[in-house]
Amino acid sequence: MAGPRSPKDDTELTARLKKLGERLGALAENERRDRDREDSARPRAAANPAGLARALRLSSEFVAGIVVGGLIGWLIDRVAGVSPWGLIVFVLLGFVAGTLNVLRSAGLVAPPGRSRDKE
Amino acid sequence: MADPIHQFEIKKIATLGHVGGVEIAFTNSAAFMFAAVMLIAGGILLATVSRNPVPGRYRSAVEIIYEFVADMVRQGAGEAGMRFFPLVFTLFSFILVLNLFGMIPGFFTVTSHIIIAVALALIVFTTVIGYGFKQHGLHFLKLFVPSGIPIYILPLVVLIEVISFLSRPLSHSVRLFANMLAGHITLKVFAGFIGMLATGLGVFGFVVGLLPLGMTVALTALELLVAVLQAYVFAMLTCIYLNDALHPGH
Repeated sequence: MAGPRSPKDDTELTARLKKLGERLGALAENERRDRDREDSARPRAAANPAGLARALRLSSEFVAGIVVGGLIGWLIDRVAGVSPWGLIVFVLLGFVAGTLNVLRSAGLVAPPGRSRDKE
Repeated sequence: MADPIHQFEIKKIATLGHVGGVEIAFTNSAAFMFAAVMLIAGGILLATVSRNPVPGRYRSAVEIIYEFVADMVRQGAGEAGMRFFPLVFTLFSFILVLNLFGMIPGFFTVTSHIIIAVALALIVFTTVIGYGFKQHGLHFLKLFVPSGIPIYILPLVVLIEVISFLSRPLSHSVRLFANMLAGHITLKVFAGFIGMLATGLGVFGFVVGLLPLGMTVALTALELLVAVLQAYVFAMLTCIYLNDALHPGH
């Protein structure tokens, strides 16, 4: 059906576009309402003591990693006499271990001795 | 103003003897620990003394605590972890009662001393290591070797895992002791403000003193929550650590 488009075709097209737009808008509205409902349901599920207990763990887990790393480095410096390299290396390793502790207590990394894909 | 640290002072009640020139004294800390153990043991014995198959109100309360800890052990360490139930229940009830003792005005807060918290954390730590090696032998060391790691970064990862493992007793004990210590000092400082304002500023001080008074009331409620929550966190982490001793490298 080649040829110049009539004005009738154009009005039909705009009407169809409008209808499509309305349907898309309704779908998006539905989706948003569903998501809102889920969001309002979630805090109730998380309001058990385990969530609060988990939150209280985070800061101390991080600090403990750095302190233990620093302690090991300091001891290596004293025993092996390689100051300050033991301290530098082990504080950095302690930082990594502290970050690992935090991620683990937040449940984002598999517990020790287990790989993620096996779970 | 009252010294906010004064409440943590250890006082000698009686000298029991000397071991190698070191005095072994019965202190107020030991007295409160004895009181806590008596309260727990006596309270549970009293609850189970009745042979009535239908539990009364009091026995139901004790059973709820039992069920709570048993669920925690099953969730954290699995069905095999139930052999450690006595340890976890003892730790939980001991810390809970000592923390709640600390909330009673004039009572000594045993758990605000790091030596107590470290001793409790080391009990858990040595249990995990001892039981892990006894049950799995050198297999226990697989805890430090995650599977599926390229061989050239394995030494680094193992080192990090070892540091992470050694940091456990530290975070375990510092969390308990620091929360109790800081909470009680805060409470005491705010309560001290009331007396300072009232004696220092007269009638105006009484009015302004209502602010720290409200704060003290609110903090007392918060501290009560922290006292219970810290006992729960300590016991829950004990279960998680014991889980590593039971199933290393799955």
